[in-house]
Amino acid sequence: MFGKIVSWIDDRIPMTRVWNMHIAQYPAPKNFNFWYFFGSLAMLVLVNQILTGIWLTMNFVPSSEGAFASVEYIMRDVEYGWLLRYLHSTGASAFFIVVYMHMFRGMIYGSYQKPRELLWLFGMFIFLALMAEAFMGYLLPWGQMSFWGAQVIISLFGAIPVIGDDLTLWIRGDYVISGATLNRFFALHVIALPLVIVILVFLHIVALHEVGSNNPEGIEIKRKKGSVAEEDKPKFKFHEYYTNKKDIVDAIPFHPYYTVKDIVGVVGFLILFCWVVFFMPAMNGFFLEAPNFEAANPLKTPEHIFPVWYFTPFYAILRAIPDKLIGVAAMGASIVVLALLPWIDRGRVKSVRYRCGFHKWNIAGFVVTFVLLGWVGATPQTDMKTIISQICTVTYFMFFVLLFVYSKNEKTKPLPERLTK
Amino acid sequence: MMKKLIIGLFALSVNLLPNVVMAASASVPLMEANNDISDQPSLQRGAKLFMNYCLGCHQMQYQRYERTFRDIGIPTEVGQEQLIFDGSKVGSHIKNAIAKEDAAKWFGAAPPDLTNVARVRGSDWIYTYLKSFYKDESRPFGVNNTLFPSVGMPHVLQELQGLPTAITEEVEEHGQTVTKIVRLETDGTGELSVDEYDQAARDLTNFLEYVGEPTRLESEALGIKVIGFLIILFILAFMLKKEYWRDVH
Repeated sequence: MFGKIVSWIDDRIPMTRVWNMHIAQYPAPKNFNFWYFFGSLAMLVLVNQILTGIWLTMNFVPSSEGAFASVEYIMRDVEYGWLLRYLHSTGASAFFIVVYMHMFRGMIYGSYQKPRELLWLFGMFIFLALMAEAFMGYLLPWGQMSFWGAQVIISLFGAIPVIGDDLTLWIRGDYVISGATLNRFFALHVIALPLVIVILVFLHIVALHEVGSNNPEGIEIKRKKGSVAEEDKPKFKFHEYYTNKKDIVDAIPFHPYYTVKDIVGVVGFLILFCWVVFFMPAMNGFFLEAPNFEAANPLKTPEHIFPVWYFTPFYAILRAIPDKLIGVAAMGASIVVLALLPWIDRGRVKSVRYRCGFHKWNIAGFVVTFVLLGWVGATPQTDMKTIISQICTVTYFMFFVLLFVYSKNEKTKPLPERLTK
Repeated sequence: MMKKLIIGLFALSVNLLPNVVMAASASVPLMEANNDISDQPSLQRGAKLFMNYCLGCHQMQYQRYERTFRDIGIPTEVGQEQLIFDGSKVGSHIKNAIAKEDAAKWFGAAPPDLTNVARVRGSDWIYTYLKSFYKDESRPFGVNNTLFPSVGMPHVLQELQGLPTAITEEVEEHGQTVTKIVRLETDGTGELSVDEYDQAARDLTNFLEYVGEPTRLESEALGIKVIGFLIILFILAFMLKKEYWRDVH
């Protein structure tokens, strides 16, 4: 009976074929480590955001008069509304945590290198769309920080010569941030950007499955056809789509091996995630900023205006430069330069495990720079912090400059023939 | 190498945490409220203080009487009778009848809504604020506040606390002599002793913290169950993974 239903469907849409090609007979390197959890976790958080978002939308009022009160209504009067809201607000921060870890994984194992340039670019577009999504979502509760944060960020576009002022007017839909801005941000936040993100995630996975996953060793599991002896091939069945073109070594089918492994990652992540949701949803003011519990007041500027933590590294680069236009350009460049990594890194060896010692120090320095920038961008400015942010802005870009230079003739360690661990 | 990096990152992020909190506080060191939102008698006393002394000017426009009574253990009829003074229905929001424009005229600024004040300011801030009023004839209401200088609010709890006087001291600062308030001293005219007033301030703070997030206790009770379930699921998932991966070499 079950087989009959399956074949009835298979005659009409390629259900079994897609399942086998992309899940049950999809070859994945056998040596994925901790860092490889974050892709599936990002998908999990995306689903969480969409589901909780749908239910929040049912009670949210997207108007400047009603928005703040409707969020309080959700928090106080809607059954489990507080849980939906905390899942959504914590999910926003969790999204950036897993995405930053996911991107960092790509950096240390060289997953952006040939032939995965497009895969990396789709990822960068997801990151951009995610930043826009988070920014617009943050305006919706219509708290003080929603209002003034949006005010600061939108005014940045005003620094662009000639079109700047008209551009900010076009974005706001008004001369100031108002209900008109809130309405359009709501539309973009709940329909346009989620759609873009879902489509980009689909393309990201299509690109991944075409080239195959990289792994911590940074050596390919797909070898030239006929180059692998029969006894070296894995005993698993992989889809012909992959085996017809290449010989495959050291791979395991995605399902069941990585599905059961990802469940461990998902549950481990959920333990931490739920701990925040249930016990400290404001996360000391990092996930929910205290001034945002006060309704937006255009006549009262908060003492300090900070973006949420996930934007602060880029915000610090902006503030490090006294000239507004150059600051905005530097902030934009700090993201563009990440997208260009596949071309900036001229090395042939992917994984940090087999690259020169200097590369390790360069990456470590980049991490320290990124964290310091995040800290400086999230706290009130002092003279000392301005200097720190300026030094870190230089070291941020220096990472890419140095990488471009030393990767050309890098002294690397010999690569192993096969995946051993 | 990677492990060291992760540990380093973690250490750094922990160092980061107190900074944001510090940024929000004023220059006056805050006193610890030491309140406990699971202490229902304290919440009930706090609610009584709020309805009697605060609600005249400050609203809690997002919070309803009924759920408040239910959460802090006051029977609905008792609450209706003893804590609702304007004849509102028990399902109504906790509001007063003052027009914003009038209030702004009287006090210089409209009294803020207090539903979320504990989330905006923090409980220690509220507790310190309630204990920081002192006599200052130069102000319109004859009182000032060390935590919130030139505050527009009168000392509404004066009949309970009395009106403390500021003890000042001349101090050298950046080569100049300035007068600084070193402490506040009770004038003994209040109905309550110093300790009793501290408790009253703590009760009121406690009530405001509860109203700021009325679901806090429910959230923690549910959270323990959810995390307990997830830990068991984690062990099972881990065993399942081990079993499947036995044949991967």
